[in-house]
Amino acid sequence: MSGAPGLLAPGSRVIRVRTASLVLLPRIAWLSLAALVLLLAAVAGHLMLAGRPVQLSQVLAAFMDDPALPRAVRLTVLEFRLPRTIAGAVAGACLAVAGGLTQTIARNPLATPEVLGVTAGASTGAVAVLVLAGAGHGGASGLAAAVGMPVASAVGALGTGTAVFLLTYRRAQQGFDSMRLVLVGLGAAGLASSTTIWLLTLGDVTNASQAITWMMGSLNGKDWGAVVPALLASVPLLAVAGACGRWLLISAFDDDTARSLGLPLGRSRPLLLVLAVLLAAVGTVLAGPVAFVALLCPLAARFAGRTVVPSLGLTALLGAAFVVLSDLIAGFLLPHALPVGVFTTVLGAPVLIALVFRSQKRTI
Amino acid sequence: MTTATQPAPRDDTALLSAHGLTLGFDGRTVVPSLDVAFARGTVTSVIGPNGCGKSTLLRGLGRLLRPQAGRVALDGGDLAGMSSRATAQRMSILPQTPHAPSGLTVGELVARGRHPRQRWYQQFSHSDEGAIADALAATDIADLAATPLEDLSGGQRQRAWISMILAQETELMLLDEPTTYLDLAHQVDVLELVRRLNQDMGRTVVMVLHDISLAARYSDVIIAMRDGRIVAEGPPSDVITPELLWEVFGLRAEVIQEPTEGRPHVVPLGAGSVKSAAAPGMRAGLQVMSEADA
Repeated sequence: MSGAPGLLAPGSRVIRVRTASLVLLPRIAWLSLAALVLLLAAVAGHLMLAGRPVQLSQVLAAFMDDPALPRAVRLTVLEFRLPRTIAGAVAGACLAVAGGLTQTIARNPLATPEVLGVTAGASTGAVAVLVLAGAGHGGASGLAAAVGMPVASAVGALGTGTAVFLLTYRRAQQGFDSMRLVLVGLGAAGLASSTTIWLLTLGDVTNASQAITWMMGSLNGKDWGAVVPALLASVPLLAVAGACGRWLLISAFDDDTARSLGLPLGRSRPLLLVLAVLLAAVGTVLAGPVAFVALLCPLAARFAGRTVVPSLGLTALLGAAFVVLSDLIAGFLLPHALPVGVFTTVLGAPVLIALVFRSQKRTI
Repeated sequence: MTTATQPAPRDDTALLSAHGLTLGFDGRTVVPSLDVAFARGTVTSVIGPNGCGKSTLLRGLGRLLRPQAGRVALDGGDLAGMSSRATAQRMSILPQTPHAPSGLTVGELVARGRHPRQRWYQQFSHSDEGAIADALAATDIADLAATPLEDLSGGQRQRAWISMILAQETELMLLDEPTTYLDLAHQVDVLELVRRLNQDMGRTVVMVLHDISLAARYSDVIIAMRDGRIVAEGPPSDVITPELLWEVFGLRAEVIQEPTEGRPHVVPLGAGSVKSAAAPGMRAGLQVMSEADA
């Protein structure tokens, strides 16, 4: 075990066993632990306070399958609240990691899945199903809601993402131009949003209002049927993203330097981008395009962790905690319940503005 | 018989060679079918006017640009068949304007040079640590290891980047205009460093340089390019002539011997227009001369 001043991120520790060696970042480890505690507290708070208050002991009893616990309380915690809590955590982790990937690859903190048109594409897909297949009086239901919306949403995200990437791919450079990626992405996002609004004018008024709530980002009425597939999809995606962490370190350099350091850019960048698109799609299907999670959480991970590239594990934990906590506050603790996306926007918009000011200061 | 003790012909000892290499982008060909070889243990400078394709050639040699045709061989092996990682273990490239993520320290930058030799279970071995320390010491920036790259002067920053590719521990180093934006003292400083890398550490260096006199001073071989083709190739004293400077750069100049090592030194007399009427005649004259040489 040795410290290597200046050669690694500040505070790093190196552990060597025979020929193996690992770099540990104590700061990231502590922050991740703190984020995990925050997430667990948010989850506990959510299970206790999302509606009629339930004691913490009763929540624990529900998990322990305690026979003494009233059936109604058990049902409330495990069937009504837990899916919503997990949906928030999974959506938050997926959106945050997707943002960390795109920000790093595009070398631009503004390049989130929202800016790249991916979440807008997901919204278009989902709203199309809501509006076109909705029965009115409460909107889409049954097969259309359970299968149609997620699939249409994923197709919309992948379609928009693929279109943006193909339009920005430059054969000569064998890669993507980061600036083009953001500009074309903004255009695609605008196009997708217009399509969504056009779709809204076609449908029934109740369908449209349901669609608008979803578009703001909402965890209302999530049940296990919606959560389990998303959870199953997110675990391998997050695992692969974590395994690509070392690629991400080098992706933050310009293309020529990254390639000269042995990064197979022709493979690594499409893979990382597809991962980001799929993660964003999973998050959006689950919770709607919850704004600013993908922007804020990777930045917070970078600044708090004092790393050049966000630690994806810390980013995921922060994203999960952020969405669960926001949903708890917005949906249950405020005098008037809000969709979670409205609340995250209120928190995120000032940071975005500060960021733009900061980046302008630097260039002047 | 001195030739008997000489090593095998140059093409066989070439560390890096290009065969029919055709390079370009956006449907345009910049370097048409070029053959060139770089001998092990030498410093080669590629010179030529702006837009002559010298940086394109370097990027093609460094597999930063996919050839439209032809191939590049590293130690006889086709570069196209080598993995990015394997290539990066044998050849390092300093691009013209490299960009590091903001906030990166000098030490972290140099440590990134070890990436081609690291794996997820070998993130920072003893040899990594040694190579980084050696690279920092060789470029004389060990005391700056904890300083963010943005806080360095231009000359220091260039040392840091060279230090990074030095830590890569590759036999071959490609440098694309390593002296750009530096004042003369720092240009000389970087080129002295390149000479040390070559003479003391046995690195083979191929670089693109703007300054002809500095190229002549610090290189074993000069390659002069114009319009994507190699016009002349050889030791500086053979290549750097008034006729060549006119043909390649459209520059009227005297070539004198500089007093320290007797290398050719360019004294510009004035830039004739590259497209001036005199040029074709001069070029025809030069062709006669080169035929006579052959």
